[in-house]
Amino acid sequence: MMGSENRGFEEAHLYASREEMESLVLDDSLTGKSYSDYRSAMSTLSETHHPLSPPIIATPTDTDPLLSPPPPPYSNVSNPNSPSNSYIEPPSYGDVNFSPLDADNGVGVNSIESPIEDLEKSMVLSRSSSSSSEYLKIMVSNPQKELGASNSIVPGGNTYFTYLITTRTNLPEFGGSEFSVRRRFKDVVTLSDRLSEAYRGFFIPPRPDKSVVESQVMQKQDFVEQRRVALEKYLQRLVAHPVIKKSDELRVFLQVQGKLPLPTTTDVASRMLDGAAKLPKQLFGDSVSAIGPQDVVQPAKGGRDLLRIFKELKQSMANDWGASKPPVEEEDKEFLEKKEKLHDLEQQLNNASQQAESLVKAQQDMGETMGELGLALIKLAKFENQEALLNTQRIRAADIKNAATAAVKASRFYRELNAQTVKHLDTLHEYLGLMLAIHTAFSDRSSALLTVQTLLSELSSLHLRGEKLEAASSKIFGGDKSRVHKIEELKETIRVTEGC
Amino acid sequence: MITQQRSLSGSSQSPRSPSSQPFLSVSVTDPAKMGNGVQAYISYKVITKTNLPEYQGPEKIVIRRYSDFVWLHDRVFEKYKGIFIPPLPEKSTVEKFRFSAEFIEMRRQALDIFVNRIASHHELQQSEDLRTFLQADEQTMERARSQETGIFKKKPADLMQIFKDVQSKVSDMVLGKEKPVEESNPEYEKLKHYIFELEDHLAEAQKHAYRLVKRHRELGQSLSDFGNAVKLLGACEGNALGKAFSELGVKSEILSIKLQKEANHLLMNFEEPLKDYFRAVQSIKATIGERASAFRQQCELAETIKLKEIDLNKLRLTRSERMADVEDEYEELKADGEEATRRFETIVRLMNEEIVRFQEQKTLDMGLAFHEFAKGQARLANAIADGWRSLLPKLEACSSSQH
Repeated sequence: MMGSENRGFEEAHLYASREEMESLVLDDSLTGKSYSDYRSAMSTLSETHHPLSPPIIATPTDTDPLLSPPPPPYSNVSNPNSPSNSYIEPPSYGDVNFSPLDADNGVGVNSIESPIEDLEKSMVLSRSSSSSSEYLKIMVSNPQKELGASNSIVPGGNTYFTYLITTRTNLPEFGGSEFSVRRRFKDVVTLSDRLSEAYRGFFIPPRPDKSVVESQVMQKQDFVEQRRVALEKYLQRLVAHPVIKKSDELRVFLQVQGKLPLPTTTDVASRMLDGAAKLPKQLFGDSVSAIGPQDVVQPAKGGRDLLRIFKELKQSMANDWGASKPPVEEEDKEFLEKKEKLHDLEQQLNNASQQAESLVKAQQDMGETMGELGLALIKLAKFENQEALLNTQRIRAADIKNAATAAVKASRFYRELNAQTVKHLDTLHEYLGLMLAIHTAFSDRSSALLTVQTLLSELSSLHLRGEKLEAASSKIFGGDKSRVHKIEELKETIRVTEGC
Repeated sequence: MITQQRSLSGSSQSPRSPSSQPFLSVSVTDPAKMGNGVQAYISYKVITKTNLPEYQGPEKIVIRRYSDFVWLHDRVFEKYKGIFIPPLPEKSTVEKFRFSAEFIEMRRQALDIFVNRIASHHELQQSEDLRTFLQADEQTMERARSQETGIFKKKPADLMQIFKDVQSKVSDMVLGKEKPVEESNPEYEKLKHYIFELEDHLAEAQKHAYRLVKRHRELGQSLSDFGNAVKLLGACEGNALGKAFSELGVKSEILSIKLQKEANHLLMNFEEPLKDYFRAVQSIKATIGERASAFRQQCELAETIKLKEIDLNKLRLTRSERMADVEDEYEELKADGEEATRRFETIVRLMNEEIVRFQEQKTLDMGLAFHEFAKGQARLANAIADGWRSLLPKLEACSSSQH
C-alpha cells in the first residue's frame, strides 16, 4: 500500500510527457492563489512541499517538519515513506497516548508545537513527553520464528514468533537504561490479564486481539508485521499510563530475561471442576467457610469458589428484587454523572466510527469506479485508433486516451487519499476500543461493590446467628460441646469476614 | 467528399438573398406535466425561428409531447433511408411514473438536440414531416400521430412489397435457400464490424460513467453523514475540542453539497453525451439494416426478373396468348428492379457521406464531453482541497485556545 512513493515518481514522469493534458485543465486556480494562504497557515511546512502542484504530488521527502518533533514512538511504526507523500503532514494522531480518566490528569506536557496535534486532548491524552524529566520508551522489532519444544501431534506445529522488545528509560525502578527482551504474543496476553487483575477500576488500554487463524496465515509477513505494530502501540500506551508504568508486572515483562511462565488455564470447564471439588467441603463445614481477604479483591464470577459465586448471585438478586436496600450503594453522584457522559460519548463514538467506515468505503468505491472508467476508455481509444479510416477518428482517439489516463491517475490518488483517511480515522476506532476498557473498569467497580454488599450482609447474618446461638446456649445448662465449637468457629469466621 | 461543416442554425449553401442567410433554429423548452396518474405525460414547448419561405412566418410556437417526437423520428427514418437519423432519448416505461426533475431535464435536452440535428442536416431539414412537426396545430399533430400505428401507415405499394417479401421468404425456405443474401463488399464489412464493436465499447464506457455519477452521490451522502456524526461527537465534548469537531462537521457537509453538484454536472455533461454516442451507433445499426433489406429486395427482384424472363421466352416460343400479359408483368418487374437498384444505390451513397459526417460530429461532441469531464473533476478537486485547507487555520485556532 505504501509503495506510493514509487507511484509518485512514476506519475511525475508520466505527467511530464502529457503536457497536452494541461489544456484540459482550464481552471488554473491550482497555481498561485491559495498557495500563500496555505503557506502562512502552515508556517512549519517545508519549502520542498508543493501543495497541490498541478495536480501531481511532489516528490516525497523524508523529513517532514510537522512530524519532526521529538520522534514519538510511533515514528518507528510507520513506514519510511508513509506520510511524506501528501501535501499536508498530518501530525499523526497516532502519537497520541491514552491515560485513564481517574488517573492523574496533570501529565500531558505538550512539547510539540504543531497545533493540530493538540486537538486530541479530550479525555486527557498526554503526549509521550520528551521534555519532562523522566521517560520510558519502547520499541518492538525483529520478529523471529521459533519452534516450540512442547509436544505436538501435528508435525511442524507449534511454531511461534517472538518479538524483540527494546526499552529505553531513566526511571530508577528499572535499574538499567536500555535493555531488550524477547517475548511472544502469549506473554503479552498474560501480562494483560495480570494487569487487569491487579488494577481493577483503572482504564487499562486494551491489548491487541488474539487471532483465530490457521498457522499458515500466522506465518505470513503481513500478519506478523501487523502484530508487531499493534504490540508496539499497546506497550507504548501502557507505558504512558502513570500508574501502570510503575507496575511490577510490566517491569518484569520488559526486563526479565528468559521465558515467562504461561498462565494456568482459565477456561470455564476447569474452573467449574475446581469449584465443584471444593463445594462439598464448604457446605459440610469442614474447612473454614470464610473467604480469605486476598480473594475478595477478585470478582467472584470468574473464580473457582462456587460457594462464593452463589452467595454473590444471591446478593445481586436481592439487590434487584428485594425490598430492602443493600448495605452499601453506588452513591457517588459525580461518578454517576461522568458515567452518563461516557455512555453518551460511547454512543457518539460508535456512530462516528460507523460513518467513518462508510466514508472510507465510499472513497474506495469512487477510486475503483474512476479506474474502471479509465480502463474502459483506454480500450475505446485503442479501438478507435486501430480502426481509424479518417483522421478525425484519430483525433478523437487521442482525446479519449488523454481523458482515460487522467481518470486512471485520479483513481490512484483516491486510493492514496483513502489510505491516509483510514490511518487517521483509525483513531476513532481506537477510542472505541478504549471504551471497552472503560466498561471493564466499570464492571470491576460494580462487582467489587457487589462483593462488599455480599460480605456485609453475610456479616450481619453471621452476627445474628452468633447472637442466637449465644442466647440458645445460655438457656441450656452445660452447653453443648458442639454448639460451643460452632460458636467459636462462627466468631472466627466473623473476624475474618470483617477483615475482608 | 467531405461535407461542409454545418452550423447548428442553418445551412451554408449559397444564400438565397444577399441580405439574409437562411436559418432555421429550434428549441425545446418548458417541460410541463400534464394529465394525471397513468395517463400523465410531459409536454414541451417547441419554438421555431426561421426565415425559410416554406415556413409560416418568422416564429412559431407549438406544444409537443414525446410521442410526437417519436412520430417525427419514424417518418424521417422511413423516408430517408441511408441517412443516420438522429437518435431519440429512450422511451422509459418505469421512470415515466416517477418523472423526476432530473429525468425531465435530461429528456428535454436530448429532444432539443434531436430536433436541431434534423433541422441542421442538409437533407433532413427539407422534410415535410419536419415542417408538420414544427408548425401543425395540436389536433393535426394528434391525427397524424395516431395514423402511425401498424399497417395503416404503409402505402398500398409498400403493402405489396411486404407481401412479396413474405412470399419470397417462404419460397426461399421451400427451395432450401435459407441463407440471407448479403453484400460482399469488404470495405462495407469492415464498417459493419467497426460499428458493432464500437457499440460494445460504448456500452461499457457508458456503464462506468453512470456508476461514477452514482459514486459521487454516494460519497457526498457519506461525507454528509460523517459530518453529522462528528458534530454530535463534538457536542459530547466541551469548549475548544467540541468546536473543532463541529467545524470539521460543518465543512464536511459543505463539501458534500459540492459533490452532489458535481454528480449532476457529470450526469448531464459527460454521461449523457456518452449515452448519445451509444444511441447514435444504434441508429447507424438501423440504417445498416435498411441497407441490407434494400440489397435483399434488389437481389430478389433480380431473381424474379430472371425467372420471368425464362417464362417469357418459353411463351414466345409457343406463341401463347398469355404472352402479352406476361410481357407486361415482365416490364413491370424490370421497372421495379430498377427502382430497387436505385434505392439501394442511394442508400450506399448516402451512407458513405453520412459516415464521414458522423465521425466528425462525434469527435466534436466527445471532445466537448471530455473537456467538461476534466473541468468538472478539477473544479471538484480544487473545491475539496480548498475546503479542507481553509479548515486548518480554524482547527489551529481551536486547539491553541486550549492552552
